[in-house]
Amino acid sequence: MRNPLRSEGEAFRFLVSVIVGALVIVGAAYVNTWLGVAAAVVAVVGIVWWLMQEPIPGAADPAPRLTSSTPGSTHRVLVLAAPGTESVRVPNHATDVVVVVPALASTVEALTGAVDDRRAEAEQTASRLAATLPNARGEVGADDPALAVEDALRTFGADEIVVVADDDAVAAIRERVTLPVSRG
Amino acid sequence: MASYAEPVEHHHEDHPPEPHYSSRISPSILGMFLFIASEIMLFGAFFTAYFFVRVVNGTPWPTPPFHLPVYLAFINTCILVTSSFTVHWALQSIKRGNVFGLRAGLLLTFLMGLSFLITQAIEYSRIGFNTSDGAFATIFFCLTGLHGAHVFVGLTILAFMNIRAWRGHFSPEHHHGVEIGGIYWHFVDVMWIVVFTTVYVL
Repeated sequence: MRNPLRSEGEAFRFLVSVIVGALVIVGAAYVNTWLGVAAAVVAVVGIVWWLMQEPIPGAADPAPRLTSSTPGSTHRVLVLAAPGTESVRVPNHATDVVVVVPALASTVEALTGAVDDRRAEAEQTASRLAATLPNARGEVGADDPALAVEDALRTFGADEIVVVADDDAVAAIRERVTLPVSRG
Repeated sequence: MASYAEPVEHHHEDHPPEPHYSSRISPSILGMFLFIASEIMLFGAFFTAYFFVRVVNGTPWPTPPFHLPVYLAFINTCILVTSSFTVHWALQSIKRGNVFGLRAGLLLTFLMGLSFLITQAIEYSRIGFNTSDGAFATIFFCLTGLHGAHVFVGLTILAFMNIRAWRGHFSPEHHHGVEIGGIYWHFVDVMWIVVFTTVYVL
């Protein structure tokens, strides 16, 4: 989507196009009111179409893949578990474990911010799983599994990632990180 | 030893990782989108009220016996539109190193913005109705007043831009202050075109 206020030059061009659109609408309305309405609809659709012609800068760029580093004497495991997961298996030599449960919300819930129930559900799962694992703590993650892993890796450097979720989530996470990813 | 993750392409050994933002849209772009969205919602609320009063309720616009000073508003529109051209000229001037053009453009823009606001105040004082004279009058003052408030903010920004221009703060390499102020001023102008067309002309 084009940002008409990205620069002074773009804002100036946008202003000129709005002036032209307003002149067309007023001229059409002077002839006939409904012609003016039609002109307004066409002008608005035209401006929206123009705004949609350009992708959001950077949105199409491939995001950099993440890696992480940990001290040699440790083996840190990041667990990504879907809400409601009953159990998870981690390697026996894991010294630190962080269990991240994404607060998976529907589009409507995400747009309206009504995610409290989803977060509570994710928190319950994270706490329950963390209690069953040694040296583990639980966290609630973003509503996208790959994003939840990314966020967690920013503060918890891991040696491997264990995923208890569907194949799409596993594939998305493998695309975003260079660490070993296995099914738990 | 640090144990955080970072993009493979960028290794930072001696400072914290880059700020992380989950949306993957740069903060400045996201900020501008949020600003535009908030302004659309703000003006949209008043335009919705206008639509209901005029179209749904069928209230005559303007409600007799009142009249809108269309000619005066048109002159004011010309002043404001011209001021957008002068601020554009100011920015183009400083990009070419023309300090006189920058100062003259910003000063003219400020004076025209001030003229717009003063003319609107005079229009309010002589228009013959006030906010308590029905839904038409309320919406009229709300829409034009909301825009006037934006002009006032723009004038404040322009005042600082002028002071900085006369103190030599801008150069062909550094004129971000003019760019940002210019964007806001064009935005205010765009909103006035919409307000003028819907309230005065249609």
